[in-house]
Amino acid sequence: MSFLIPCPNCGKRSVYEFRFGGEVKSRPAPGSTAEAWLSYSYATANRERPQKEWWYHTHGCRQWFFAMRDTLTNEVTETSLPEEAP
Amino acid sequence: MIQLFRKERMWRTHDLQRSYDVVIIGAGVHGLATAYYLGKDHGITNVAVLEKSYLGAGNSGRNTAIIRANYRTPEGVPFFARSLALYESLSRELEWNLLFNQCGHLTLAHTDSSVDGLRVRAETNQIMGVDSRVIYRDEIAKLVPALDMSDRPRLPVLAALYHPPGGIIRHDAVVWGYARACDRMGIEIHPFTEATDIHATGPASRNAADTPPGIEPPEGKITGVETAKGGIAAKTVVNCTAGWATVVSRMAGVSLPIVTQPLQACVTEPLKPFLDKVIVSANLHVYVSQTDRGDLVMGAEVDPLQSYSMLGTLPTLEQMATYTLELFPQLHNVSVLRQWAGICDMTPDFSPIIGGVEGLEGYYLDVGWGTYGFKAGPVAGKYLAECIATGKTPELIEPFALSRFRNETLVGEKAAAAVSH
Repeated sequence: MSFLIPCPNCGKRSVYEFRFGGEVKSRPAPGSTAEAWLSYSYATANRERPQKEWWYHTHGCRQWFFAMRDTLTNEVTETSLPEEAP
Repeated sequence: MIQLFRKERMWRTHDLQRSYDVVIIGAGVHGLATAYYLGKDHGITNVAVLEKSYLGAGNSGRNTAIIRANYRTPEGVPFFARSLALYESLSRELEWNLLFNQCGHLTLAHTDSSVDGLRVRAETNQIMGVDSRVIYRDEIAKLVPALDMSDRPRLPVLAALYHPPGGIIRHDAVVWGYARACDRMGIEIHPFTEATDIHATGPASRNAADTPPGIEPPEGKITGVETAKGGIAAKTVVNCTAGWATVVSRMAGVSLPIVTQPLQACVTEPLKPFLDKVIVSANLHVYVSQTDRGDLVMGAEVDPLQSYSMLGTLPTLEQMATYTLELFPQLHNVSVLRQWAGICDMTPDFSPIIGGVEGLEGYYLDVGWGTYGFKAGPVAGKYLAECIATGKTPELIEPFALSRFRNETLVGEKAAAAVSH
């Protein structure tokens, strides 16, 4: 794990400044079945290609944001703050 | 003399047939052990073991070769103890010297809370019949004279969990030994034959990469495997991959609760023998052992992100070196020869996923082995083979079924599996 992440606020920084927050999952609506919540909690896509993930800039702006990262090469192609995400 | 230089192949090459009783994906220690016990215990030899690279190219050749049974949970301890027992007789059984050296295994604690954790593990181990006890500074200093027991380190050693039967084994030899034994029974091993798809009857949602992962496996029956060298019909397919378990399982439409994370290790130049115990430090996130050749093998904890990248990185190397020097400052001018990474399938509870999948007939899993898969190869293979042959899940592997995530009966093994190998 040695690569740069372009933080939407701070620009390109070492990955060691950040905390990985896991792949982005869609949260079930309130009142969903237990099975839906268990799927949300445990099942992962764990993709071996670009995936949308959560990252947190611990040693910087201290903001959570989205990043598209290729999990085979660790290349981060784009990042965005949650409010501007499409 | 001629016999001395004879050319004998460890295993033969075969053309891929169109049909097998059982197809095993992944020819590492788990895949080959499963094939071996299918043949030896149950007489099922119409088996193909598929491997996308050479034998043992994955985590079977990337681990730090440590064997131990001093786990934490009442489910995990007897399971790993059985594996240790199988490893102890494996050289004789396979007629192949695996260089198993039961030199003893020490898990160091540097804080009061860690000492408490070790006490709990020691008590659990002793109740389950595993040789394991907490020892303190004077005994540690006698067992490992090279260890820095002074007050120089920021976190001095307070106690250790001593596990005398733990040790190191030659991991490549285990793979080759199983492969040779499989070949002698007529089981076919197919290196450089990548499985590209798994065929099954059932819902159309199968293989759709973009469907959200779900905890409920699809209904259906396994019918075969597609490979780079053509299709194979098989009613039983076993996923014995490490690192790629999610990718292979997705071919069968089964989502797994797995996050793949790299684990890095390195090896130094050979030194005179100075360390005859496996040293693990949970607080310092490092483990060290000296091989028979004199190299020092060091391993780190998993990188804190999901990745399929198998590249070593400088910050992790620095971390391994820093922590090792806290334990052995006399190594400050030793050179590192190689560094590598393996990709580990981490489950939420640090326990593996073994057994059949409810609803999907003929699909078996032996995955989610995180950072502790190598030491469990024989036991997982033996009991998974029993599960496949008899159709009944043996009691020993019952707690590790995929359905535990639906039933919320997790087996929390983090205390003993996270860093301390």
